[in-house]
Amino acid sequence: MHKDSNKATFLFSSVMVIVIAIMLSVAAIVLGPYQARNTRIEKMENILSSVGINSTSDDAEKSFSKFITGQIVLNTKGEPVTGGTAAFDIDLKKELDKAKTGNQDKELFPLFVCEKENKTFYIIPVRGKGLWGPIWGFIALEEDMNTVNGVSFGHKSETPGLGAEIETGRFQEKFKGKKILDNEGNFVSVKVIKGSTGSTNPHGVDAVSGATITSDGVSEMLQRTLSNYIPYFKRINTRTSEYRTKYQNNEQ
Amino acid sequence: MSNEISTAPEKVKSIKEPLFSPKNKRLLYDPLNNSNPITVQVLGICSALAVTVKMQPSIVMALAVVVVTAFSSLIISIIRNIIPNRIRIIVQLAVVAAMVILVDQFLKAFVYDVSKQLSVFVGLIITNCIVMGRLEAFAMANKPWPSFIDGIGNGLGYGVILVIVSIIRELLGSGELMGFRIIPEIAYEMGYFDNGLVIMPPMALIVVGIIIWVQRSRNKKLIEAK
Repeated sequence: MHKDSNKATFLFSSVMVIVIAIMLSVAAIVLGPYQARNTRIEKMENILSSVGINSTSDDAEKSFSKFITGQIVLNTKGEPVTGGTAAFDIDLKKELDKAKTGNQDKELFPLFVCEKENKTFYIIPVRGKGLWGPIWGFIALEEDMNTVNGVSFGHKSETPGLGAEIETGRFQEKFKGKKILDNEGNFVSVKVIKGSTGSTNPHGVDAVSGATITSDGVSEMLQRTLSNYIPYFKRINTRTSEYRTKYQNNEQ
Repeated sequence: MSNEISTAPEKVKSIKEPLFSPKNKRLLYDPLNNSNPITVQVLGICSALAVTVKMQPSIVMALAVVVVTAFSSLIISIIRNIIPNRIRIIVQLAVVAAMVILVDQFLKAFVYDVSKQLSVFVGLIITNCIVMGRLEAFAMANKPWPSFIDGIGNGLGYGVILVIVSIIRELLGSGELMGFRIIPEIAYEMGYFDNGLVIMPPMALIVVGIIIWVQRSRNKKLIEAK
């Protein structure tokens, strides 16, 4: 059989495709668990870093189970849902995609409750899109469900040195102490703003220069995702304030 | 199977020779300077522009390219006599793609942090002209060992330029090297600014251009006869 005959060409390409397919499948199956573990650990590290707990890939699992005391799944009305998927395993991308098919009332939102130094923090996963691909992150709110305690952002393929700066501590530090509600308690989110007004504005953060689209993406991501949690926070807040008034009345 | 490809471009003599004979050494060193894939052959420019903003991803990218060029050259060279001529480009592409996916999977499994930094660019090694160029020009016509060395040499030649460009860009663009601050804070307080332009891809092209200029003016072999 001549190697340039049609028969040989077909035979060669079929064998080649099968060999490569087997090789890659084996690699994917063998390496899959390691990769899945890396992703889980990364998620834990990100959740923890939004409340200012630094962990490495070695101790992330341990610190996660130590500090994260509650995982709540919320529906669109802000009611906790029990049963079903655990909050940690909820894929926010899939949930946000439900809006595209008209199923936005079926969306589920995970919420993590963290206890650190006798304070409660609420950690909310956020997701949106930057210039080149998805961006995501976690935002930790303090007990008042208004003040930002910290954020951690990640991105798939933003420009290194520009959009990718949202991943750095320098950018994320600026969110600390910002408020997501205005004085009347209405939701206004935190925006990434061009220019240097950010430090005085309670709802604004300085943008990374040269990364307009990524910065806008961060604003939109926070606006869109956080708004889903407001009904829940309002309900908890009324309950606690009712509780407080009752408690105070009893005291008198 | 006696029909060898008659248009072998750079055939290396197949007499028994030591593993690191002068000829094989030249395969390794030549791409670093005289036939550098980026500055002399002007291949692989696209990824050189994309990953050279910071030094660490550049180094990992360089290593990934070395592995991919070396092993795909080796594989193609081993099977070179049974590859049907009409589909040889597709075969080369399939081998390169398989190698790149393997490298990417390994990075994701074992050095996850670095793999995150490089993101899509590892996958884009498939489109790197250097890899396919070496397969077509060398591995298709030479024995496995010289091909393997040739792959390593060209990968390194690419990597050297990548690292040089990234040093210049990270230093001027972010004031850091490998993520450590080099330009002291006091310089910023005195009014020094990182050059945002250096971070943009066009500046990488200009830096590569300057490297080509310097190299050509120093290396007499590269000066073309008038």
